[in-house]
Amino acid sequence: MQACEKQQPQVSLLEVRSLKKYFPVGKPGLFSREKQEVKAVDDISFSVKKGETLGIVGESGCGKSTMGRAILQLQAPTGGEVLFEGQDISKLSKKEIRDLRKDIQIIFQDPFGSLNQRMTVGAMLSEIVHVHKIVPKEKELNYVQKLLQDVGLRAEHYWRYPHEFSGGQRQRISIARALAVRPKLIICDEAVSALDVSVQAQVLNLLQKLKQKYQLTYIFISHDLSVVKHISDRVGVMYLGKMVELADKHEMYSNPQHPYTKALFSAIPDVSSQAKKERVVLKGDVPSPLDIPSGCRFHSRCPLATDKCKAEAPEFRDLNRVHKAACHYV
Amino acid sequence: MAQLQEATIKEVKVQSPRATMYMGMLKRFLQNKLAVVAGFFIVLLIGSALFAPAVAPYDPGAQDYTKIMNSPSAEHWMGTDEIGRDIFSRVIFGARVSLQAGLISVAIALGVGIPVGLIAGYYRGFLDEIIMRITDALLSFPSLVLALALAAVLGAGLENAMIAIGIVLTPNFIRLVRAEVLAHREREYVEAAKASGLRDWRVILVHIFPNTLAPMMVQATLAIASAIISEASLSYLGLGTQPPTPSWGAMLSAGQGYLADAPWIAIAPGIFIFLTVISINLFGDGVRDMLDPKLK
Repeated sequence: MQACEKQQPQVSLLEVRSLKKYFPVGKPGLFSREKQEVKAVDDISFSVKKGETLGIVGESGCGKSTMGRAILQLQAPTGGEVLFEGQDISKLSKKEIRDLRKDIQIIFQDPFGSLNQRMTVGAMLSEIVHVHKIVPKEKELNYVQKLLQDVGLRAEHYWRYPHEFSGGQRQRISIARALAVRPKLIICDEAVSALDVSVQAQVLNLLQKLKQKYQLTYIFISHDLSVVKHISDRVGVMYLGKMVELADKHEMYSNPQHPYTKALFSAIPDVSSQAKKERVVLKGDVPSPLDIPSGCRFHSRCPLATDKCKAEAPEFRDLNRVHKAACHYV
Repeated sequence: MAQLQEATIKEVKVQSPRATMYMGMLKRFLQNKLAVVAGFFIVLLIGSALFAPAVAPYDPGAQDYTKIMNSPSAEHWMGTDEIGRDIFSRVIFGARVSLQAGLISVAIALGVGIPVGLIAGYYRGFLDEIIMRITDALLSFPSLVLALALAAVLGAGLENAMIAIGIVLTPNFIRLVRAEVLAHREREYVEAAKASGLRDWRVILVHIFPNTLAPMMVQATLAIASAIISEASLSYLGLGTQPPTPSWGAMLSAGQGYLADAPWIAIAPGIFIFLTVISINLFGDGVRDMLDPKLK
């Protein structure tokens, strides 16, 4: 067991290949020139190894959550492939997708909106266990109550309604819901962002404990750099629907390469170090996803931008064995 | 006294949790005094409609030409009408027709409106477009004109009148249910239900539908009222209940002509329509609150 844990996980559990998700905006009318599209996720590729935690960071609206939903097939991707255990899941039938839900689960951000107010916690969890036939009927109650204890709630909470819980407890219920089907991969979509800091830490620790106990793999989507640093093995940075940098956590936090990542990380407040950090301040705002800059999407705000950046989109290439970035000048 | 009772209830909390849940619901309902009174009145009304021959002091059709348009007295509690019939007895018998008309036509409207609205709202697309255009077409007619046309096609009589009224009420329910579903289908808990791998019908019936109940309950109780009135109008125009069978609506419209000389002819059925509608309304509110787990 010990040896097993120490071994570097190598098997690729999930592989995303040029995933795209475009949303049409407005209907093409009689006089409108052409159909406009929001390119929420545009050509993203990465892989997740079994047993690791991949953190995804980026500003609001950069497509992090859309990517999560597209991987889960909650929103059908516009293009690209999603390989789960070697099988392309982006072209499955409705029934096959339902079966897939046993393997991939999601934890949502909003602990208030993501639970049905009219169902007791037990009814909600039992329904899932029942539908997927996880355990025989007579063991359902027991199974769900154990599940509640697993996430740090009590067995008698089975009979309670969501509004009787605090935000942190509700998020534990969401975790229990994701765990109920014994998934292999859980996508945590801003799972702790709505919680206050002390509760955040508790939930993060719970997630790590559960990961060990059930051999889970996480994709951890967040805008909070310190949370991602705490929980991830590898970190990907997104900007305007593209992944700009992907590296091992330590490599990423100690040696960021892409100018956007540098600017992002320089914004992390640091109380410990004496030396004054150089703060990279970006000019302007994130461009509208309706009107994406030509070439490199970051050129309009990049301190290093040249004419080449305006003309040519950089390739997402390997810098070394554990580090990838999309920039002409790294 | 009240506090003492509550303390003892807490002591007995060793029953199974599910039973306590239902006990809690019942307790919540009983706390709403208005709803309890309204429920009592509805039960009384239905009871007296069922056992009308035993409750009514006179034959509702019996005419007594010596007592035309008598005002209320000990003998005739609500007076007599223009041909000497006892109004109280006619109100009791009329409850049969009016309650049927109200409840059954709304049941028809709910029975069609809820499933159609759920499907249109959840699946959207082309089907939704067609359903909405049909409801638009139905709603563009004045409701009475449409009911009249339908009743005329189906033929006179109470059953056909109820069907016609049910059809006229249906578009409102389709629209209401659809709008509610549209609001809920984008919510995270629905997405979470889908992400849990539940089938569409389960997401619709178990997760979305219960969350749309509250406004529907209100709409349904109001629709019962308008159904009773519509039945009255159809009867007045000769397409609903046929005379001499008494119905509140028919009595109300018959009493119109005598409002100056004998107002009680119209007032008695009017008061009953009013009390019935408001009772159903208050009772519906009580049930809605009972089902809402957030109010404890």
